[in-house]
Amino acid sequence: MIYLDNAATTWPKPPGVTEALVNFMQNVGGSPGRSGHRMAVEANRIVYDTREALATLFDMDDPLRIVFTANVTQALNLVLFGYLRPGDHVVTTSIEHNSVMRPLRYLQSLGVDLTVVPCSPEGVLDVADVEKAIQPHTVLLAINHASNVVGTIQPVADVGEIARRYDLLLLVDAAQTAGAYPIDMNQIDLLAFTGHKALFGPQGTGGLCIGERVDLDRVLPLTRGGTGSQSELEEQPDFLPDKYESGTANGVGIAGLGAGVRFVLEQGVENIRRHEQMLTERLLAGLQDIPGVHVYGTHDARRQTACVSFNIEGVEPSDVALRLDEEYAIMCRPGLHCAPSAHRTIGTYPRGTVRFGLSYFNSIEQIDAAIEAVHRIASKARVA
Amino acid sequence: MAETEYAVVLFHSTQGAIKAERVLLRVGFQVKLIPTPRQLSSDCGTALRCAWADVDAVCAVLREAKVEYDSVHKVIVKE
Repeated sequence: MIYLDNAATTWPKPPGVTEALVNFMQNVGGSPGRSGHRMAVEANRIVYDTREALATLFDMDDPLRIVFTANVTQALNLVLFGYLRPGDHVVTTSIEHNSVMRPLRYLQSLGVDLTVVPCSPEGVLDVADVEKAIQPHTVLLAINHASNVVGTIQPVADVGEIARRYDLLLLVDAAQTAGAYPIDMNQIDLLAFTGHKALFGPQGTGGLCIGERVDLDRVLPLTRGGTGSQSELEEQPDFLPDKYESGTANGVGIAGLGAGVRFVLEQGVENIRRHEQMLTERLLAGLQDIPGVHVYGTHDARRQTACVSFNIEGVEPSDVALRLDEEYAIMCRPGLHCAPSAHRTIGTYPRGTVRFGLSYFNSIEQIDAAIEAVHRIASKARVA
Repeated sequence: MAETEYAVVLFHSTQGAIKAERVLLRVGFQVKLIPTPRQLSSDCGTALRCAWADVDAVCAVLREAKVEYDSVHKVIVKE
C-alpha cells in the first residue's frame, strides 16, 4: 500500500505519537488545568510541553501565545470572525482554501470589504499586487503559505514586511507547511496551523500562534466558557491562552501532537524539507515525461511543497483515483480539494485534479511505483 | 509541632503555572504545584508552592523568564 494523501492527513505517524496517545489514555487521563491533583497537573504539563515544542519550532519566545484549536479551520475562523468588523478591509489571494474563502465571503455579506488578489496560473502571488490592493481601511492580509492544490509556496517574508510597513496584521494559513517547511513567527502576526498533517499529530488538533504586534483587545474569542482560571468571574479572562481556549482541551490529541512536533524537531525541518523536495523533483520529472499527463503548478520542486496536482487526458480525476486505489493500492485525492478559487486560478475548475501529497515517510521506490501506475493508466486511455 | 513557611504563587492561567514549574525546575528550585488554596483565591486551578526562603530568587527567575504571575502569599503549614 502506498499512501499519497498526506496533504489531507499524514500517515503513517512517527511511533512516539501512538505511544503518547496510549500513555495519556492509560496513565494520565486527568483534565488539563481543571484541578490540582497529580493526574490533572500531569495532563496540564503535557499540554504545556506541546506548546513549548511548537514555540521552538516557530521561533516564539512565549509558548503561552499559542492557542490550541480543533484544526486550522477553527484557528483561521477565530482570527477572521474575532478581528474583522464591518467597514474593515481585508486582502487575500485567489489560491486560498475554503477555510479562508468561505468565512471571508460570509463576512463580506456582513459588510467587510474584501479584495482577492489573483495569483498566476502556476499559483504564484506577486507581492506588488498585494501592496497595490492595500487601502486606508485595510486591517488584515490573509494568505496561504502554500497551496493545498499545487503546493506553490508564497513569499511570506515579503508580505510580512509589507504588513509591518503599513501597520497591518498578517494572517498565514500554514496548513500545508507547518512541519514541512521553515516558518519564522518573526515575519508573521497570526499563524494558523493544523496538527494532523506535517506536524504528525492526530486529527482534531491545531492552533493559532499570536505575535507580539497583535492587540488582544481587538480579537474577540470565538467561544467563551470554562477555562479553569478566574472561576469566580462570569466574564471571559483577557489573558493568553485562556481568552481563546474555553472548554476542556483535547488532552489526548495534544499529547500526540507534542510527540509529532518533537519528532519534527529531532529530524530537523531542513532535513524533512530536503527529503520531500527530492521526492517531489522525482515525481514532477516522472509525471511530466508521460504522454497525456498534464502537471500543474511551477514544475519546480524548490518553489513548492510535496503536493503535486495533475490530470490524465481522457480520464476523470475520480476515475484515476479509483483505479490507483483498486489496481495499484495507491491512495490519493481527486477533485477540487475544497479550494474552488485555486482551481479557477490554475484553470482546472470544475474538473479538479488528481493530487499526490507526499510525506517524509514516503520512499523513492514508492514514488517510482506511483509514476509507473500513472503511466499505465495514461497508456490505456490513449489506446481506448 | 513544626511550622514550615511556604510561598504560594498564584497565576492568571493554569498553563502559566505549568510554565513557571518548568522554568523553576530547570534551574534547580524545589517547587510543587498544588490546588489553589481557597483562602487565597476562588480559582479552581493550580498554584505553585516553594520554600519561603526562596521567594525572592523564585520571583526573580519568573520575571527573567517573563512568566507573569498574579500574586505571592506567605503560608505557614503546621506539621
